[in-house]
Amino acid sequence: MLIAIAIFAAIVGSILAIASRFGGKRGDRWVAALFLLPVALMLSVGLIYPGVLTMINSFFDAHGDAFVGVDNYKTIFTSDDEINVLINTVIWVLVTPFVATGVGLLYAILVDKARIEAFAKAVIFLPMAISLVGASIIWRFVYTYRPDQPGVKQVGLLNQILVWFGFEPRQWLLESPLNTFFLVVVMIWIQAGFAMTVLSAAIKAIPDDVVEAARLDGVSPWGMFRFVTLPSIRPAVVVVLTTIGIGTLKVFDIVRTMTNGNFKTNVVANEFYTQTFRADNQGLGAALAVLLFILVIPIVIYNIRQLRASEAR
Amino acid sequence: MSTTSVPVTTTPPVAPPVAGAAAKAKTKLTSPWASLVAIVIALLWTIPTFGLAVTSIRPEDDIRTSGWWAFFTDPQISFKNYETVLAAKGASAMGNFVVNSFIIVIPSVIIPVVLATLAAYVFAWVKFPGRDVLFIVVFALQIVPIQVTLLPLLKLYVKVDLAGTYWAVWLSHSTFALPLAIFLLHNFMKEIPPGLLEAARVDGAGHVSIFTRVLLPLLTPALAAFGIFQFLWVWNDLLVALTFAGNELAPMTLALANLSGSRDQAWHLLSAGSFVAIIVPVIVFLSLQRYFVRGLLAGGLKG
Repeated sequence: MLIAIAIFAAIVGSILAIASRFGGKRGDRWVAALFLLPVALMLSVGLIYPGVLTMINSFFDAHGDAFVGVDNYKTIFTSDDEINVLINTVIWVLVTPFVATGVGLLYAILVDKARIEAFAKAVIFLPMAISLVGASIIWRFVYTYRPDQPGVKQVGLLNQILVWFGFEPRQWLLESPLNTFFLVVVMIWIQAGFAMTVLSAAIKAIPDDVVEAARLDGVSPWGMFRFVTLPSIRPAVVVVLTTIGIGTLKVFDIVRTMTNGNFKTNVVANEFYTQTFRADNQGLGAALAVLLFILVIPIVIYNIRQLRASEAR
Repeated sequence: MSTTSVPVTTTPPVAPPVAGAAAKAKTKLTSPWASLVAIVIALLWTIPTFGLAVTSIRPEDDIRTSGWWAFFTDPQISFKNYETVLAAKGASAMGNFVVNSFIIVIPSVIIPVVLATLAAYVFAWVKFPGRDVLFIVVFALQIVPIQVTLLPLLKLYVKVDLAGTYWAVWLSHSTFALPLAIFLLHNFMKEIPPGLLEAARVDGAGHVSIFTRVLLPLLTPALAAFGIFQFLWVWNDLLVALTFAGNELAPMTLALANLSGSRDQAWHLLSAGSFVAIIVPVIVFLSLQRYFVRGLLAGGLKG
């Protein structure tokens, strides 16, 4: 590691040393070229070239030998397994952003100006620092199941709560289609903190006089939220929804750690990994990766449009 | 001389909080129901982690036979789980993986931060033909999911004999970070008053000395903000590690994921292992939270 850092320091040092020899208008171009050189190299070799290659590979067979047209894409939309993957991904992308944003917004409003606001926020915020793998293990422990026999105690909290109330423990992660929702909970748990932080800042940015005027008009708390708070923070809500949506689309760690995509919980990002690196079906894997890419684009375009619209106002 | 005397603000989708919002305090929901809901949410967000934390310090037999809540009626503390997990050798030892995590994360933060700062400087303050087009390309690259690059990149590493080395991991993490890093640092850099650079230029400073002497000190908060993002991203990453590091160079996340797959009921190991993996980013996060929030508001969340 130290050698790598030394090599890197030497490269940057020489770039700076060479660049410092140039001056004036003509020098600008040389400095620009030198400063951009490493970035341009890395981006074109590490991002653009492999990206284009994957797009091409998605039209080839499992080993990249024969051109198969759109067969891989056909598989994605016709095979039963893949359709299940698509349905699950849709559930993830529809549920996670809205619930996480809803909880984050609710919590941001509830703790706004509370005496322990900073602490209360840190509590929700902290899961963001935890890896998806760590969070998955934390929640798998909540869902753990022990056979329902005399003398065997439940060690998972959720099942123990059921037992306390006189119900039978259940295998939460095995029963489709509910198990997908139990996985989605983990993502919501992580993303709510992000939503809360951004929305809380947006709420605090609402001008005082607007709030004051509404208050003098005798607006109810709900009316205040509906007609003052929500319209004011709309751009921030859109940013939060789309950002979480994009993150959720690529969710991989949670599914892999908790069920490995079994029991009908698979999603596109995990199926991509399985097909590419485990099932050795490069063509299908590439098509799934491209599908992820294509699905991101409309969300981003919507996001940019909303930002433009809010700036124009 | 205080280098932070010039406020470097962000270009957030939301404006920074307005001070003196005392009037709003009266309008907030003060009903007990509101407090109750807030407390329920807070509990839902802490109890799962708390349960695993308690589990990690219980003896293995207790963990197997009773739930963590039994700890409060029969408190038995043991640090044996941590000893097992942190050992460098042994079937369930994860000490080496923690070291691997650090080896992976340090260059993977330094390299993109430095390179992106150079590029962001050029995009923000040096005029040259084609600058705007190039910047839009870099900006657009942010939306490329890394999944699209993995297999061709792996084949490339195999070809140049870098596969299965830290180099493959470092270079991949650095490359994937660049578009967001450049975009974020460019935004921060644009906030610096042009007069400051002009003054330095009049004094005869070239690009390099403006960059190192004028801009870098002012950019410290921005660099910290991105540095934390990248640190958390790399430390917590599974996909890149899985693809490029393999089991030999595996960081903590990969080791944990493997353990979770192979011994899914070994909660004494999983709980202690998770906490070893969690504690480092949480410390970094809590100590630098200020910068992290600023980066977040500047639009820097990697999807």
